[in-house]
This record gives sequence, structure tokens and C-alpha cells, in this order.
Amino acid sequence: MATNAVARKGIKRQIKLPNREAFKIALRSLKIRFWRSCVTMAGIVLAIAFLSSVMISGLATASLRPPDVGPGATVSEDRATQVWLICISLVVCTVGITNAMLMSVTERYREIGTMKCLGALDWFVVKLFLIEAAFQGLVGSMLGGLAGFIVAVLAAMTQYENVLGNLPWGTAFGQLGIAVLIGTGLSIVGAIYPARRAGRMPPADAMRTEI
Amino acid sequence: MAEAIAPVATEYAVKTLGVTKQYTMGKESVYALRGVSVEVHSGEYISIMGPSGSGKSTLFNMIGGLDKPTEGKVYIDEVDISGLDAYELAWLRCRKIGYIFQTFNLIPVMTALENCTLPMIFAGMGTQDALDKGVELLTLVGLGERVRHKPLELSGGQQQRVAIARALANDPAIILADEPTGNLDLKTGKEIIELLRRLNKEKGVTIISATHDLKMLDVSDRIIWIRDGRVDKIEQRAELDLELGTLEGEEV
Repeated sequence: MATNAVARKGIKRQIKLPNREAFKIALRSLKIRFWRSCVTMAGIVLAIAFLSSVMISGLATASLRPPDVGPGATVSEDRATQVWLICISLVVCTVGITNAMLMSVTERYREIGTMKCLGALDWFVVKLFLIEAAFQGLVGSMLGGLAGFIVAVLAAMTQYENVLGNLPWGTAFGQLGIAVLIGTGLSIVGAIYPARRAGRMPPADAMRTEI
Repeated sequence: MAEAIAPVATEYAVKTLGVTKQYTMGKESVYALRGVSVEVHSGEYISIMGPSGSGKSTLFNMIGGLDKPTEGKVYIDEVDISGLDAYELAWLRCRKIGYIFQTFNLIPVMTALENCTLPMIFAGMGTQDALDKGVELLTLVGLGERVRHKPLELSGGQQQRVAIARALANDPAIILADEPTGNLDLKTGKEIIELLRRLNKEKGVTIISATHDLKMLDVSDRIIWIRDGRVDKIEQRAELDLELGTLEGEEV
């Protein structure tokens, strides 16, 4: 085995985790903790639903009401409050994701350690957790965007006629797209710290039986 | 310690030279290892014995490249691992060492086959080649019929077999087994030991195992006893005068 040369230079560096495999592993980790993922996702759904409903109802009202109607001061104050509320809801949602991912990391200590014993590099683990977070963020914010859209349109319908006919659909979809991007982005941002923590975990922890 | 560092001989799978490990706990420093020098030949079957707290696990982690010594050197397959960076260590863990754990540590979301092929994917093997080799290895450990099962659908003994197949994935130079029979009943434990011994003989893979299991001593080539962070004694199997058959009721 070792007779062929003092194989000191036999050590190489190349270790791989192809994207396809990474996606497969990450999605299955989500699937096996389906309800937990749903709870994490619920936070994103709510925050993005709020964001998109505000966006869409703004659009719907603007399309139906001439801009000069109503005292300007009240409108901009309303706007400021809305932006403030949206920001808070997004921050709360991000913190919620961080918390949920930290729990997920703790729960999977041994699994992560095992992967590292099998040769996984720190960033493999980071990648897996970020893919999970991105997926949760994407699905959650698409659901949330849709829910917010429906709520906003229904609310507008109670006040105005022909809301759907007047809605600028192109802009509406554009704004929904932005909402989904924000949701996915925040989900990833919230997962960065837990993912890095998981990545730095020493492989020796996999050997320990009492965790 | 003070041994002269001999020119690296070629037949050692693992060699440690004066390995010391010191942990700092608050203001006190505790020695887990106080200068351990052992040599393991390629193809040997070694058991490391010692009471808990003896430094056995620490030594084990050093040999596995999972932890770095405070002083001294660890050579795996003639490579001094203290000089390796994170990428090289990952490569070493992936290609040179196979790990077997007391708690099996299979990835629960993956089937037996996927667990077994994961190290090959890390090593950059093509998917089809990895699958073929995975099936071959699972067949070798007697699980050819169960490649599509998830760990939770397998018994403890079967899970440990999957873990052994996974450890063999990249044809490692050594297999490190930490109490591989610790969570298994007597009969299953015995089967696992026999399997390890068979692989050791057939594939020539070096096996180093930490164990309390007396059945394990029976198949070992040498037993390294660790006490208080030092090598207490090293016994050849021939020197053992244990009558193992009488120690465990179930053996015949």
C-alpha cells in the first residue's frame, strides 16, 4: 500500500460537492423536517404577504384615484407608517429565520460532524444550509406574495369598481417579483450566521456519543 | 519526547511520535495525552483499550486527523498531518481514512446506497461509477438486497454494515472504529467484528478500533492499552491468555 514511494506528495486538495448533489441533500433535509420547515416558512409568508398587500393596494388605489385627491400630508404620513411597519416585519422575520436555522444546526450536530469526517469542507456545510434557506425563502415569499396580492385586491374591491380591470398588471407583477426577491434574500441573510457556525463545527464532535 | 526522528519507514499506516495533548480548563491545564508513541503497520488490526478518561478518545481523534496534538507528530500513511491545511485534511479524511462510529452516524435522509456513495461524490467520482461501487460495497458487507432502504428502516447491525461500507468507499489506508459494537447486542456485535476482520484480511485495510469489547481483543493483532495519557502496555494477541470463550455466555 505505502510501498510505492514516500507518498508524501500523495495528499491532494480537491474535494467536491456538485450543485446537483447539494440541492438533492438540502431539499431532502427540508422534506424530512416538513412541518418545522413550514413553521419557519410561515414567518416569511406573513412578512411578505404584508409587504405585497401594501404594495398592491397602493397600486390599486393609485390606479383608481387621481393623485391630487385627498390631503397630501396624510397620504405621506400613512406611507411613512407603512414603510416603518414593513421594515419591522421584515426584521422580525429575518431574526425568526436565524433562530430556526440555529435550532436546526444544533439538532444536526452529529450529521454535520459526520459529513466533515467524510471529507466535507466548511463551505459544503455552509452551502447546504444556504440552499435550504434560499428554498424556504423562495417558496415562502411566493406564497406570501400571492396571499398579499389576493388580500389587497379583495380589500380594494370592497371600495372600488372594476379593480382588476384598472390594475396595472405589469407593475403589479414587477412589485411581486421584488417582494419575492426581498423574501428570498432576507431568508439567506438570516441563515448566514447559523450556516457559518455549522461549517466551523469540529468533526471530532461526530465521534462523541453524548450530544 | 526525545526519540530521534527516524527516517520515515514505509510500512507504517499510522505512526505517532511523542504526542501530547493539553487542554486548558479555566486556569488549569489538563493533560489528556502525555507523550504517546505508537506505530501501526499497514494491514494490522489494532485495538486501543483503556478506561474512560484515559486519553483513548483523544489519541483516537489525533490519529483520525480530527484534532491536532499540542506537541509531537502524527503520521498517516507517511504524511505528517500537522502540516496540512484545511483542504488537505478534508482530502485525507475523505480518501485515506474511513470512520466507523459507535452510533453509526448515517445521514438519516439518505438511503443506504446514498450514504455509501457520499464520500465518493466528495472525492469527485462520477455518479454512475459511485453507484456501481456503492452497490458492490453494500453487497460485500451483506446488504446487497437493501440498498434502497433508509437508515431508520434498518436494524442496528445493518446500519453499522452500511457505515462500514461507507468507510470503505474511497479505499482508505486505515479504518478508525470508535466502539463499533458499543450499541449492538452480543450476537450482532460479533458479526460486525467478524466482518471487520474479514475486510482486514481480504482488503488489507488497517483497522484501528477503540473498544471495551473483549470479543474484539480476540481478533486483534495487537492491543494498545492506554492509561493516564500514556501507553501502558502493548500486547500481541499471542500473549493474551484470556479465555474469551468463558467470558461471554453466548459464545460457543
